[in-house]
Amino acid sequence: MNVQQRSGSGPMAQSPRSPSSQPPYLTVSVSDPAKMGNGVQAYISYKVITKTNLPEYEGPEKIVIRRYNDFVWLRDRLFEKYKGVFIPPLPEKSTVEKFRFSAEFIEMRRQALDVFVNRIASHHELQQSYDLRMFLQADEQSMERARSQETGIFKKKPADFMQIFKDVQSRVSDVVLGKEKPLEESNPEYEKLKNYIFQLEDHLAEAQKHAYRLVKRHRELGQSLSDFGKAVTLLGNSEGNNLGKAFADLGAKSEILSAKLQREAHHLLMNFEEPLKDYVRAVQSIKATLSERANAFRHHCELAETIKFKEIDMNKLRLTRSEKLAEAEREYEELKADGAEATRRFETIVKLMNEEILRFQEQKTIDMGLAFHEFAKGQAHLAKGIADAWRSLLPKLESCST
Amino acid sequence: MMTLENQSYEEAHPLPKSNGSKSILHDPLSSSSPFVDIPTDDADPLHSSTPNPSPNSINTILEPPSYAEAVFGSFDLDSPSSINGHDHSPSSEASQSFSSDYLKISVSDPLKEQEVSNSLVPGGSYFYSYLITTFTNLSEYNGTEFNVRRRFKDVVALSDRLGQSYRGFFIPLRPDKSVVESQVMQQNEFVELRRAALEKYLTRLADHPVIRRSEELRMFLEASGKMPLMRTTDVASRMLDGAVRLPKQLLGAESEGVGVADASELTQPAKGGRDLLRIFKELKQSVTNDWGAAKPLLLEEDKEFLERKDKLQDFEQQLSSVSLQAESLVKAQQDIGETLGQLGLAFVKLTKFETEEAICDSQRACAADMKNVATAAVKASRLYRELNAQTVKHLDKLHEYLGVMLAVNNAFTDRSSALLTVQTLLSDLSSLNLRIEKLEAASSKIFGGDRSRIRKIEELRDSVRVTEDAKNCAVREYERIKDNNRNELERLEKERHDDFVNMLKGFVVNQAGYAEKMANVWETVAEETSVYAKI
Repeated sequence: MNVQQRSGSGPMAQSPRSPSSQPPYLTVSVSDPAKMGNGVQAYISYKVITKTNLPEYEGPEKIVIRRYNDFVWLRDRLFEKYKGVFIPPLPEKSTVEKFRFSAEFIEMRRQALDVFVNRIASHHELQQSYDLRMFLQADEQSMERARSQETGIFKKKPADFMQIFKDVQSRVSDVVLGKEKPLEESNPEYEKLKNYIFQLEDHLAEAQKHAYRLVKRHRELGQSLSDFGKAVTLLGNSEGNNLGKAFADLGAKSEILSAKLQREAHHLLMNFEEPLKDYVRAVQSIKATLSERANAFRHHCELAETIKFKEIDMNKLRLTRSEKLAEAEREYEELKADGAEATRRFETIVKLMNEEILRFQEQKTIDMGLAFHEFAKGQAHLAKGIADAWRSLLPKLESCST
Repeated sequence: MMTLENQSYEEAHPLPKSNGSKSILHDPLSSSSPFVDIPTDDADPLHSSTPNPSPNSINTILEPPSYAEAVFGSFDLDSPSSINGHDHSPSSEASQSFSSDYLKISVSDPLKEQEVSNSLVPGGSYFYSYLITTFTNLSEYNGTEFNVRRRFKDVVALSDRLGQSYRGFFIPLRPDKSVVESQVMQQNEFVELRRAALEKYLTRLADHPVIRRSEELRMFLEASGKMPLMRTTDVASRMLDGAVRLPKQLLGAESEGVGVADASELTQPAKGGRDLLRIFKELKQSVTNDWGAAKPLLLEEDKEFLERKDKLQDFEQQLSSVSLQAESLVKAQQDIGETLGQLGLAFVKLTKFETEEAICDSQRACAADMKNVATAAVKASRLYRELNAQTVKHLDKLHEYLGVMLAVNNAFTDRSSALLTVQTLLSDLSSLNLRIEKLEAASSKIFGGDRSRIRKIEELRDSVRVTEDAKNCAVREYERIKDNNRNELERLEKERHDDFVNMLKGFVVNQAGYAEKMANVWETVAEETSVYAKI
């Protein structure tokens, strides 16, 4: 996926160092999954090919080998560093052992990883990340070192924050847990956004569930059509004469159509169900960002509280002309700086989120539009193929009736 | 009765009927040929009623149904006319000798009646009676319209009598007694099921070229009041009668001959009859046939018949497996239709949600796209449902022929049991003659003759005469059954060929038609979303 710089956004467009006639580009692809290792330790590795003319990168092309956990590392780093930005989602870890190495699963994952990296590479903030550069260029050993250096602090799963947001309406769970009512923004727009995101996830998840089932149904129909065709062929063979031939033809056509159905099932999976799944994941990623925002807000509020109390303390000390005043004043100044920092962080997140929401909606419309198009195209193609195949049998059937 | 598949559509059916073919059902007294205006592929229920139907061109643009008017459930699969015997393609109408004769039967109006019994238990039991309505112009009948009330027992009696009188014919099987179902199911469900099954059965009888003219059927349909058909008594009382007779047969067998004084009994198989001795003898004969060193005196020689029998067995097997797969195909079609519908609904909900919550234009655009997809998915789901209803109709032929195969097997059993009777009598004859020979040889040695032996010989000669008559009677019966088998086999071949060709055509046209409709639906959406297509 080529990164065409959006008009005027991002500093890359203004890079003074490269007077290249070509516009700057950063293209990444994830390909060639290969099974590495044996037994329980086995995993899949992917080739990540970077093509770029950006000066921060070494050379026009770089190929590295990465595995799933490396992508997870990248996602986590970005999530830490770029609060407020909707980090592109990753495909899930597989829970079913034997499914892990099925060709279909590997292909689905490869596609999702490819989309993941490209989204990062085309995001005007994220593409500047040092971690991205490291991911795209570092040799395998450095990558491994970086991965294992991840301390517990960074390793927090976004899902962990979800507990607090479990239900937007009631805070009962928090009371039960002994937590005080957490500080929440009382901004109505924000409330609306939160509600929207949560409900959107539910709706999308349902649609995705049915999309997945539809894939299965195509496979089942293909299978039963194939069985039917086989039985009909046998009947035709025992029948003999031209009617028997007609039966045999019907059987053959059924087999052909069965294959078409299987192909369409795969096409449906990769080009409709997976994009829908991706949409669901994206919304979940947004939820993670929402929790980051809430954390930042709470942090900012807590500091504000602390500063207030500190101020009161300080004034008390001032009145009593205590020696502790100087220290208190120093601490106060520090706190004020922290407070300002926290406020700034929070406001950055808010600003980023507002931009991100718009960008997200636009991108989603395009992504889903394409998915719908592929869905419709696939179905139309399949239906037409079916119609043609059946129609081709009719001349012979006509000749059968005396 | 020649019926056409499209007659099963109710008026409310949204799909256009085949070019105005007049339904015989609505015009029973018309003496004109029922086959007006029927294009050769009238099996196509989707055939457009556009003014220029070139019947053999399946490239006619099939009209998409108007969804606003679509009445689902208008596919009345159990409608009386839909399962009328064999669907003969009109091109074969010329070869049908009774193309203008009809016998139309319908079963309706189940009524609960009290059993009039002499039992000691007060508060009698109930049974259901059904109104049997017949329209006909056959010469055997005394009139053109009849209405009688019959109960299931009467149908069983009819079926038994037909089985006796028409040995060797492929007689359609009557509905099951379904004792278990009648206890387990809801009463009105069960009664409705039975009503439909009875109608199907009687209609099949009416379609059989020979049985439709039978006396038994006529009496069943015509005679008002209690049914006059003599019911064959139950097995138990027959056995009792037979048991009474047996000692006499064994003791006085010499004078009574083989005990087959009543030649008409020979026209029935031994099993289930009163003549226990005959049963024993035929059983002995069949064992001899299977295990004895000597060949029976008459064999099933008709090689052609044996070949056909084998082929039919093969056919039955294949048919059974196709029928099974057809069922699972129908299920798969149903499932995919359902899932498409659910997907569509999920997107409808999403569309509504996005439209309500929209804060930017791209959301509205997305919602609009979703709406198109949702509508298409729901449409496709409906199409699948319709497709399936049609598929069931066409592939039902397979199930029907499985029933026909059962009737065929019965007819073949008639033949083999008749053969067994002949073989038994033949071996009786030969053993009688052997005894006569021995006696004659022994008595010739005595000067002046042996009075007792001579008397014995006379008795045996009487037996031989009686047995000869019986044998000739049995042979005639056997030949008759063989004839019936042969004629029926020919009829079956022809009808089977026609029926299956029509079934295939119907199935294929149906699939093609609906696939085309679905393609149209999706192509529209693909168009609408083509702006997003990857370059």
